[in-house]
Amino acid sequence: MRKILVTLLFLLFGTSAFADCNIKSGSINILANDFPALRTFVETSKQCKGSADFKVTHSSEHNKIAVPALTANPSEFSARIAANSSIVPLMNQDLIRPLDDLVKKYGKGIQDSQLITIDGKVMAVAFMANTQHLYYREDVLKDLGIAIPKTYEEVVAASEKIRASGKMQYPYAAAYKAGWNLAEEFVNMFIGHGGEFFKSGSAQPNINNAKGVATLNMLKKLSELSNPDYLTHDSEAIKVEWESGNVALMTLWASRSGTLLDDEGDAKITAATKLTGPATVGGGSIPAATLWWDGFTLAKNRSDADAEATFRALAHAASNKKMVADAADQAVWLVEGFVPGPKSIGVIEAVKMGAKPYPMLPQMGLMHGALGSEIVEFLQGKESAEQALKDVEAAYISKAKEQGFL
Amino acid sequence: MPNKTFFWFFLPTGLAMILFIGLPIISTGIQSFYAQHDQVVKEVKKCDPFGCTVSIVVDNEETSKIREAKPLGKFNGFGTYTDRNHLAVEEIKKFWDETENFGAFVDQVTNLPFYKALIFTLTYCLFVTPNVLLLGFVIALSLNAVARKIRGPLIFGTILPMIVTPLVGSLVLFWMIDSQGIIGANIQNLMNDPYLSLKSSKTLTWITIIIYGIWHHSPFAFVVFYAALQTVPQEPIEAAIIDGASRFQRIKHIVLPHIYPVVTFVALISLMDNFRVFEPIIGFSAEGSAQSLSWLIYDNLVNEEVILFGSAAATSMMTIIGIAILLAPVLIRTWKEFKTAR
Repeated sequence: MRKILVTLLFLLFGTSAFADCNIKSGSINILANDFPALRTFVETSKQCKGSADFKVTHSSEHNKIAVPALTANPSEFSARIAANSSIVPLMNQDLIRPLDDLVKKYGKGIQDSQLITIDGKVMAVAFMANTQHLYYREDVLKDLGIAIPKTYEEVVAASEKIRASGKMQYPYAAAYKAGWNLAEEFVNMFIGHGGEFFKSGSAQPNINNAKGVATLNMLKKLSELSNPDYLTHDSEAIKVEWESGNVALMTLWASRSGTLLDDEGDAKITAATKLTGPATVGGGSIPAATLWWDGFTLAKNRSDADAEATFRALAHAASNKKMVADAADQAVWLVEGFVPGPKSIGVIEAVKMGAKPYPMLPQMGLMHGALGSEIVEFLQGKESAEQALKDVEAAYISKAKEQGFL
Repeated sequence: MPNKTFFWFFLPTGLAMILFIGLPIISTGIQSFYAQHDQVVKEVKKCDPFGCTVSIVVDNEETSKIREAKPLGKFNGFGTYTDRNHLAVEEIKKFWDETENFGAFVDQVTNLPFYKALIFTLTYCLFVTPNVLLLGFVIALSLNAVARKIRGPLIFGTILPMIVTPLVGSLVLFWMIDSQGIIGANIQNLMNDPYLSLKSSKTLTWITIIIYGIWHHSPFAFVVFYAALQTVPQEPIEAAIIDGASRFQRIKHIVLPHIYPVVTFVALISLMDNFRVFEPIIGFSAEGSAQSLSWLIYDNLVNEEVILFGSAAATSMMTIIGIAILLAPVLIRTWKEFKTAR
């Protein structure tokens, strides 16, 4: 906990050795999600490519491509930019290689806190942190004399007040698109209620309880204050809603703050857009949010030469002080030399409040998938919370049995 | 054509069909009987920028040994077919015993993912197919009646929905029915209900997808019918006019019987296409309200971070069986007619 704060908040003095960029051979092909910080990161590593072949695929559908592409031998990509959740399927299928030797040889500027170690082996190198937190419209809250909400109960009260004032019809927004996004909101809220997804030490589901019901009820309350099309809204869609001035309170990824606060769009809205930490819920002390890291992993089914070239290029970016200084407002970088600015408040607050990381369990993806489709009918008012949770558990159990987890 | 000539003529196509359609289906069929091996997990220490925890991971060494011995996985028989996410045999038995009336039983069954998807798929087929036939036929008749000069541009305009990529077509409509889009906002005004949303209501989403389906598929029926109409002989029609038959009687007694085989053909193709409805669900982001069998397969393969090959294979096989059952009446009828014709 302290360590994280220290890395996030302070400029550490250390060796300023940059990754050696004298790459002579090999081919580099990177698969990454598509948001500004990752583009910056990959661009930075490209500067270091030397005479190596360099290709990159930025796609928001990266999760769908990753496992098949890395299963092939030789694999299509030499590196995959992954996060807490997306590293799990790669680990389950044994598709990524340990990086210990490469870190020792070429990872001089990389800090120890950036290393993701599993069973003593370095499996990924993290370079940025992310979470979902609250955004608010300062002008709207001020006009109505509403304090900055700290809990989701306050978010609901504030949204109701804004609606009653006639200023906005749908004052709240969050990415509730059926599927991955909606399930992620459930995960956040459930963790905020102090829930554990699985019975300890097993893959048996543990969500059909009072905490699960409370989670669903809160999601429903929030959905009623959102645009009625909320089940089709992903992060991009609610960003657009925000920029059109239709929303005053929003839960969104920290990594998107850059695009909300840039010069494009209505200057009045941009000026009034403020960030704060994630909200807590149900009287809990830890925030209803999960901490995420984004880091790079190297494909196992690729030659050692390619892995080496790829590592050197990516390590160059993952230890690049210039990049984190230039792109300080794009992300909360975990790289040495990062000075957090106003756009990093969300993540830093989340860490301070003791937010939990997204559970990195082999069977979590199945739970996430089951949540994404089975809680929809509850939000539509077609079934009870208990029935929805029962459905989630049943759907999860069938899938987990097929996958051999139960 | 003599049988021998036909054989050599058909051989290349036949081989390609076996290679690209037959074998993959067989492979899918085999896959559907297997599940993943039991996962060997171990407790390890995991460290990330947010701290260290003790948690479990899949033991890759042990797993790869088991996998090498049996690469297909664990034989599961019809296990995947009967589990809760597919036919849900046990659950249905339980519902039957537990529920008091038939309505409650149906509610419980339609809450299961496979049946939910099946009901949407069948509803879609049932509404779209006849309407496509009807609309296609009406358009073909009307276009056949207009002056030759303007027929070309009109035909082009009519087949436009078919030319537009399904995903693009559905996206355009998706934006129009948004609560701030041109159709969505107007409906809200018309109904005087600011909370009305075409996308959040299940019924309205279904209706939207069905209307889109009719719009998208009608041009196909139209093109085929229009071509068939060109072959209708003029003499019997002229004779009918002299006999005083109305336009409706002429269509019913002369035109329809003449193009009947083509109607069967269009019905077959439409049924097959509609049973595999998929793109509009993605285009309309309607996963929440409408799931089809094809969407379930897609979901198993890509939406989870873990790929469920067994589930996807089982749903694929059941989709194929479903299409076969749907087509059976039409096929049997065609076969009988073929026999009597000989």
